[in-house]
Amino acid sequence: MPRLRDPLLWLLSLLLFLLLGMPLLEPIFAAAFPATTPPIYADYSFLELFLFHAEYVVLSSLAAAFVGVGLGIVATREWGEEFRPILEALATIGQTFPPVAVLALAVPAFGYGPLPTMVALTLYGILPILKNTLAGLGSVPAGVREAGEAMGLTRFQLLRDVELPLAAPTILAGIRISVIINIGTAAIGSTVGAVTLGNPIIGGLVNGKVAYVIQGALVVGVFAIMTDLLFERLDRRLRRFARRD
Amino acid sequence: MIELDHVTKTYSARDSVSDVSFTVGKGAFCAIVGPSGSGKSTTLRMINRLIEPSAGSIRISGEDIAALPVEALRRRIGYAIQSVGLFPHWSIADNIATVPRLLKWPEERVQQRVDELLALLQLDAAATRAKFPHQLSGGQQQRIGVARALAADPEVLLMDEPFGALDPITRETLRSELSRIHKSTGKTILFVTHDIDEALELADAIALLRDGKLVQFGSPIELLTRPAADFVRDFMGGSALGLKLLALRPVSERVKPEPAPGEPIAPDATLADALSQMVLRRTSRLPVRGDAGSVNGSIGLSDLVA
Repeated sequence: MPRLRDPLLWLLSLLLFLLLGMPLLEPIFAAAFPATTPPIYADYSFLELFLFHAEYVVLSSLAAAFVGVGLGIVATREWGEEFRPILEALATIGQTFPPVAVLALAVPAFGYGPLPTMVALTLYGILPILKNTLAGLGSVPAGVREAGEAMGLTRFQLLRDVELPLAAPTILAGIRISVIINIGTAAIGSTVGAVTLGNPIIGGLVNGKVAYVIQGALVVGVFAIMTDLLFERLDRRLRRFARRD
Repeated sequence: MIELDHVTKTYSARDSVSDVSFTVGKGAFCAIVGPSGSGKSTTLRMINRLIEPSAGSIRISGEDIAALPVEALRRRIGYAIQSVGLFPHWSIADNIATVPRLLKWPEERVQQRVDELLALLQLDAAATRAKFPHQLSGGQQQRIGVARALAADPEVLLMDEPFGALDPITRETLRSELSRIHKSTGKTILFVTHDIDEALELADAIALLRDGKLVQFGSPIELLTRPAADFVRDFMGGSALGLKLLALRPVSERVKPEPAPGEPIAPDATLADALSQMVLRRTSRLPVRGDAGSVNGSIGLSDLVA
């Protein structure tokens, strides 16, 4: 029975229903918005839109995590310490920059289509991950690091077995912020020619078809909340060792 | 055996060490003492190369440590510090097993060793093994820290104020346990402390540092009775010097075959204990128990100074 109370399960079912069963809602939208024809957005299926959208988010987030964690590791090594202040400043300033502005700047550089969207998502996604990687690795207690070193762990072993696992919850929190922002920002990608769940939203806004806006927003919203819940689940798993008693 | 040979570490301000030489024999318990900033920890940390000396050399069992691969050297040396530094995401058993696993011991032997060490540190193996560090008290954590340091049976144990953060009672318990472990394992121990009483209780050799220089090296009794400088006398206890000296010798050395009334004291009690009892009982003579439990003789106030 407790499985049935799991909100993740409910959200997943809701998302699947929206992706595959949106046409079933046609009578409702037809009644609410009689002027809109067809009542359900039909340029692409919602499943197609979702798959494009998810692909951009997953690929850009993976790239961002790779670069963000990598830079964070470099800046906390003895030989990379000089980069730390610059990277820290960049990560902080960068985050005050709205994601839409990053997207707008990517267009002149990369033209229209999915590429500027992916580049913008990646660049913007790096910042919270980098920031949290620096914070997470920086919060490993000095005594723990010293003990590890003194016991004869190699630098790589210390990083892999001690520093990264201890920093993991903080790093994961950064990835979570990054992915959630990217799910929202990817929708705006449809303004620069990428096909995403933003298509019905932007198209609906431009053509005054509120029904399409609602349909697109519903899917994006459920997708974001479900992803957030997934991260929460993962976070709980990572923190198993701490404060369980 | 550990030999420090004109060891120097230059920093701009505090914690420098200049031209320190001393030799700690195999199986000895050497305390490195001195005021804060005198270079005690720096000296200790040069022995496992957490800090590289600017000049001079250090040898362990005749081998120059600078010539050894640093990880291999460290796996031969136990290390315990005030902040303990247990890995918070590893179970107690895994924490203790760190160095044996680095040395690729067979897993069966690792587990056996973990149990041995928990027993040595008087912890219940079954109840403790699977716990995480945050589930233990500060004193228990430090016991695990010591167990981890001893895990791979190192020749040398380095300890940097390991009991500094504990309450006085736990501290006293762990001190006497360390003393017991030292006797039973015969490890060479180097122990940094700023607490001269801790050094006098545990050590058979004391290296006294000040401003990075070795002021005096010798047995506790030597430092108390033949201080090399006024600083040594002051640091060792100033006006309480005599009392500290009394605390180093057992009653059994001064027993006289004279009878005395009252509850007898143990022959291995210190002369300081005897003095304390005399003051408490308002007497100048105390009976002393013999090895068999019978009263063997007595010790008088004047015997304390003889």
